[in-house]
Amino acid sequence: MALRGNLRDFTITQLLNLINLACKTGTLVVDGPNETAKVAFREGKLAYAQIGNEDGGLASILHRAKRLSTGQYKSIRQGAPHISDKELGLLLINAGYLSQEDILTNLQQHFTDIVQRLFTWVEGFFHFDNDILPPNDRISVHLDLENLIIEGARQLREWEQLQDEIPSLDMALKFTDRPGTNMRNVALSVEEWRVVSYINPRNTMRQISSATKMNDLEIRRIVYGLLQAGLVEVIRQEGTTLPTPSVRVFPSDNKQEQKSLVNRLINRIRSL
Amino acid sequence: MQTVKMVVTGPFSAGKTEFIRSVSEIDVVSTERKISNVQEKSVKEATTVAMDFGRITVDDDLVLYLFGTPGQRRFDFMWEILSEGMLGFVVMVDSTRPETFREARSILETFRAYAPTPYVVAANKQDVNDAWEVDDMRHALRLDSKVKLVPCIATDRDSVKTILLELLYSILNEMENGEK
Repeated sequence: MALRGNLRDFTITQLLNLINLACKTGTLVVDGPNETAKVAFREGKLAYAQIGNEDGGLASILHRAKRLSTGQYKSIRQGAPHISDKELGLLLINAGYLSQEDILTNLQQHFTDIVQRLFTWVEGFFHFDNDILPPNDRISVHLDLENLIIEGARQLREWEQLQDEIPSLDMALKFTDRPGTNMRNVALSVEEWRVVSYINPRNTMRQISSATKMNDLEIRRIVYGLLQAGLVEVIRQEGTTLPTPSVRVFPSDNKQEQKSLVNRLINRIRSL
Repeated sequence: MQTVKMVVTGPFSAGKTEFIRSVSEIDVVSTERKISNVQEKSVKEATTVAMDFGRITVDDDLVLYLFGTPGQRRFDFMWEILSEGMLGFVVMVDSTRPETFREARSILETFRAYAPTPYVVAANKQDVNDAWEVDDMRHALRLDSKVKLVPCIATDRDSVKTILLELLYSILNEMENGEK
């Protein structure tokens, strides 16, 4: 029977567990809230992963990991646009730029990051296709799933807690009015400073996460820390119109009548 | 006959039903059911599953309805329905149960998202020995200094009157500010 269903009924953790225990080979396709992820396995081990429209090519992965400079990356893209990952890997090893271990470590990290992102997906459909394997021109890895599952489960708990604390990324942030606090004296990490630099009542947390290229978990984690330190507070985005109640609050639209009604209520409550 | 409504919300066992009961001129129309969950049962025996409903007649032409929401998350589908057309809302927080503060904060934000109406936070059970002080609660609930956090004893009519009056003053104040 085909392995397909809804993430509400069968979580990513449960799926990986099943693939691991059954030593399955094939590709898991997950249609998430905004994008689709494809994760390939060989005999229950992680082999390859790709998400959305992200360029999953080796050159791009090494460039993002800062193992290739922008100049090197551009010259590869322009000079050899059709080179396969395997060919490029051999070229880089033979040229002495990188070792085979460097390449595999970076690919493993990239694939692991993608799978960890999947742990935060609680909505979406999945199916497992036994016949689809990673593209032939791509380099695949052979990574045990146990540690990924344990880390994913831990991350899921953290994610649930952070979602309770920060239910929506469509809210904005502002610095709390604490005149005694000097931000320069607060020890923040580089990532936290990147977020702090965008804090403004006009920017939603979603916009900040997009500008700083952080995922939902990363931005929530940083905002949670800033909230706990009492440095920022969550507010409605400046300039957005508030939702109008669909049902009338006052029986009359006349402002004076409305004020009169509230005053009548006040007098009545006082007299109770 | 004109009618207006206010909503009383807050986490499970915060004292919403008692609050409405203290000022309602009718016996509160309550939808309480016996609690089956063992952990929740240790806090109280019955809980509201749909809503509480109280009434205060203002004069021949005006009636104020008080709606109490169910506190448990699994009944939160009722919240949005109850919040439609409300003048304002009261968030009840049990001052003796800090483990519910986070839930109270989350409920407050949910209701603010439903409707941009004024609200008051009531620090209930202030007559109990191990109740948190209001200032400490403000920090724990991460409430801005402008938000009204008022001590409350839901079983005491005068205390409940104070909360309702504070909410009405906020509503009046907002109307006056809106005119400027």
